[in-house]
Amino acid sequence: MISADIQTVLPEILLSLYAMGALMAAVYTIKDGAAALLTWVTAGVFVLLAVWIGINGSGTTQAFGGMFVDDAFARFSKIIILISAAIVLLMSEGYMARRDLLRFEYPLLVALAVVGMMVMVSAGDLMALYMGLELQSLSLYVVASLRRDSAKSTEAGLKYFVLGALSSGLLLYGASLTYGFAGTTLFSGIIDALQKDVSLGLLFGLVFLLAGFAFKVSAAPFHMWTPDVYEGSPTPVTAFFATAPKVAAMALFARVVHDAFGGIVGEWQQIVAFLAVVSMFLGAIAAIGQRDIKRLMAYSSIAHMGFALMGLAAGTALGVQAMLIYMAIYVTMNIGTFALILSMEKDGRPVTDIQALQSYSKRDPLMALVMLVMMFSLAGVPPMLGFFGKFYVLRAAYEAGLGWLAVAGVIASVIGAFYYLRIVYYVYFGADKDGTDARPTPILWTAAVVTALIVALAWLPGINLFGIEPVAAAAAETLVN
Amino acid sequence: MIGLEHYLTVAAALFVIGIFGLFLNRKNVIILLMSIELMLLAVNINFVAFSSFLNDLVGQVFTLFVLTVAAAEAAIGLAILVCFFRNRGTIDVEDVNVMKG
Repeated sequence: MISADIQTVLPEILLSLYAMGALMAAVYTIKDGAAALLTWVTAGVFVLLAVWIGINGSGTTQAFGGMFVDDAFARFSKIIILISAAIVLLMSEGYMARRDLLRFEYPLLVALAVVGMMVMVSAGDLMALYMGLELQSLSLYVVASLRRDSAKSTEAGLKYFVLGALSSGLLLYGASLTYGFAGTTLFSGIIDALQKDVSLGLLFGLVFLLAGFAFKVSAAPFHMWTPDVYEGSPTPVTAFFATAPKVAAMALFARVVHDAFGGIVGEWQQIVAFLAVVSMFLGAIAAIGQRDIKRLMAYSSIAHMGFALMGLAAGTALGVQAMLIYMAIYVTMNIGTFALILSMEKDGRPVTDIQALQSYSKRDPLMALVMLVMMFSLAGVPPMLGFFGKFYVLRAAYEAGLGWLAVAGVIASVIGAFYYLRIVYYVYFGADKDGTDARPTPILWTAAVVTALIVALAWLPGINLFGIEPVAAAAAETLVN
Repeated sequence: MIGLEHYLTVAAALFVIGIFGLFLNRKNVIILLMSIELMLLAVNINFVAFSSFLNDLVGQVFTLFVLTVAAAEAAIGLAILVCFFRNRGTIDVEDVNVMKG
């Protein structure tokens, strides 16, 4: 009985044991001298776990009386989380080593955050949800203020901490109301209780829970921490924030609304659709005035979360499938874009001003081309990968009878295209100023070129989006039925 | 007779005071930490009240988890605050403004 349960949570247990063991080993031996090695080993562990989960997992298993669920949906999200975290770790190593930032805690805190995310996407109970979410958040607060001697980085950590704690409080208040009126914290119990009677208390609980999740996925109007945290954190940390935690929070959002509140789609559909519309427009409009590329990526991520929420707002299996595909594509694009941002530097110092990209194409034609591909894809220009993500969510929203939402999405993506294309304009036709002059390191170069190839060529008939569609469909099917 | 609704009212009042403390406070970051604690404790009152009303232990178990996490959260918050103070020499909320959000 208990051994079967442990079998189900074995990946999480192994990863947390690894993080704690490596922490102890490094503290008592060579400390920061082990940082580079630990970064590589942690990334290796992530990849191994992802392969193991991908090969070994099948069917739906529940552990600890339904508190922990291992199904196709959780596995899909976990693989994206693990792979993207591994790639971001490898991309950070060089950058951090050159800026004297490479501490051995960094890869281990990321590992602990990843454990939290894996628990989040597998949660079958409000308690498991809360513990996973807090493990993730607490690690991320520390990582955000990793550069202890910088006013910006510590301020980012402080802001993230205060607003993150507020969102946890809102989420917990919702959890307490849900528990009180449903009589249980298990998702399967909540969905049963809702079939008998939809009480006002449960609806209040739902609203508070959704507000907490909206904070975590940085959906407007709960987005205010995003630009400051993205700008203030060290760039590799920003790259991490923009990828794995977003997938985890979005998957958690989907799991709660479908597993626990799947019986009252009509009630939460309006809220999610509202969040989607506001995020898409705010992300598209507020990014126009930004001069710092990290801040711009923050608003870009708000807009992208709006699109992913549009898939969720459909409330159907097709919608969840579209959301999963969108998140996978979003993570790919962000890894490529941040590989370029990480290699922007001038006279050995990192620059994040968009002006530094002026006439980049004359200095490094290949990287300029990669930037062009990434920006076109983020804007959703066919035939880039980003277009297919938008296409799936728009179709899901339209088929669920949310035609107005799909129209709003198209308008927002046209507005948003402006600032992506402006960067392309700077890169190719900008004034001949002395901007970023560094060549990307081999790892960053590989990450940028490989993601650019994926993004630019995924539409080819033989490749067919790398077969992600049936996998995402199977994952969505286990969640919605 | 003190019933469930009385406890819920107290908890809701404390929760709202906590939120207002976060947003109206213009003086000191420590007060933000106190407001956060107040919100979490309001949630705990909710859980314990529901737990006793439903005759179900899960709520109290949840409360213990919340207390533990709140302690860890306060430790991390204070650690970040110390780093911030070393850089800026102040913990006034109005001075948390290197970046405009």
